[in-house]
Amino acid sequence: MAKLKLAIYWAASCGGCDVAILDTNERILDIAAIADIVFWPLALDFKYSDVEAMEDKSIDICLFNGAVRNSEQEHIAKLLRAKSKAMVAFGACACFGGIPALANFTNRAEVFERAYIEAPSNNNSNHTFPQTLTTVEEGDLELPEFYDTVLTLAQVVDVEYFVPGCPPPVDIINKIVDALASGQLPPVGTVFGSDKSLCDECDRVKEEKKITKIYRPHEIIPEPEKCLLEQGIICMGPATRGGCGQRCIKANMPCRGCFGPPPGVIDQGAKMLSAVASIYDVKDEAEIKKMVEEVVDPAGTFYRFGMSSSMLKRKRM
Amino acid sequence: MSFEPKIVAFLCNWCSYRGADLAGTSRMKSTPNVRPIRVMCSGRVEPALILKAFTAGADGVLVLGCHLGDCHYTEGNYKAARRIPLLKKMLEQFGIEDERVRLDWVSASEGANFVSIVNDITAKVRELGPFQRAS
Repeated sequence: MAKLKLAIYWAASCGGCDVAILDTNERILDIAAIADIVFWPLALDFKYSDVEAMEDKSIDICLFNGAVRNSEQEHIAKLLRAKSKAMVAFGACACFGGIPALANFTNRAEVFERAYIEAPSNNNSNHTFPQTLTTVEEGDLELPEFYDTVLTLAQVVDVEYFVPGCPPPVDIINKIVDALASGQLPPVGTVFGSDKSLCDECDRVKEEKKITKIYRPHEIIPEPEKCLLEQGIICMGPATRGGCGQRCIKANMPCRGCFGPPPGVIDQGAKMLSAVASIYDVKDEAEIKKMVEEVVDPAGTFYRFGMSSSMLKRKRM
Repeated sequence: MSFEPKIVAFLCNWCSYRGADLAGTSRMKSTPNVRPIRVMCSGRVEPALILKAFTAGADGVLVLGCHLGDCHYTEGNYKAARRIPLLKKMLEQFGIEDERVRLDWVSASEGANFVSIVNDITAKVRELGPFQRAS
């Protein structure tokens, strides 16, 4: 069998997804044995022009991590789409928007104001902002256009497979490698995760879910065996797809939702909001008000990784 | 032409839908902006349905249930009483005005109350203007 051609790209991401691929340790050699890596900006020195020179559909599989928030990322997403047989949204950002998509609570002007004026390390008394085109003596300098709204990969191009997680766990990456090696890729649209919610898979002891106070993670040291929600900590388990190996739960930290909604749930945040309000066992108005106050940042908590793919997608502009 | 808001109203089967029915059979007049959807309980109205109403074209959403203590299923309206305020706090973060969502209680005998709530939310949402959907 001819060696497969594999591309890996990062858009609006932190680099953690690329590192997760390296976290496969010695199995990276298996990857190298079955596939030639033809593009991987984080690790190897290929240029965009190398990709442009490739035949359409000549890349067998492209692992695309990161959300799309500027014109360069959108351009490369479309380029890689044209060159690849299978496009994989790799990681929470590519799948759902991820942490960068929390910027959908603001817009370009506010992001620029914060990054180039307000941030304490700045010295920018001229209020200089990045421009898409700057003309200097030597010629024109171009920068990508920064978008108001952070998008998922599937909102920009067609996507065959989804690999959630921040970052995707190594055992899931290994599953993809096995599928590639055997030439047996799953049906288009497959999400590499469990079909159950995280709660369904969680090993903790679950009893009656009734709480009267919500603790933020820094306000309490949770018991290691008992359901975190029952201890008053907002754990996204009920509204999150399983298959992650309970990484956070085992570290005694609540689930933050990086695997996205389970099958059948159209809006992860709304589902979690509903769950929290349902188990908060109070009836009078003052106590309900206290509950609302205790959920300090509902949108940021319930859509921590899912803003771009949520029903509302962003703050009204 | 002036803006006429579309209001989706989730009415509980046991109290509020009958309250609306009473308003109709009593020939009470109310603004025609409400699109009623009968649900078994205000506790059935999960927050995703409210978001869906907005993304599907609603400018405002009304949720009406039995008065607290009167729920046919004992606790359903208490769930609504907790979910909607939390949802409103979240909607504010999305830049969605408080007046676009209203939770209230209408019993089967309160036709007049139904009319006054419908007229009130219609007037308020009309003033706010159309709900702006994300592209």
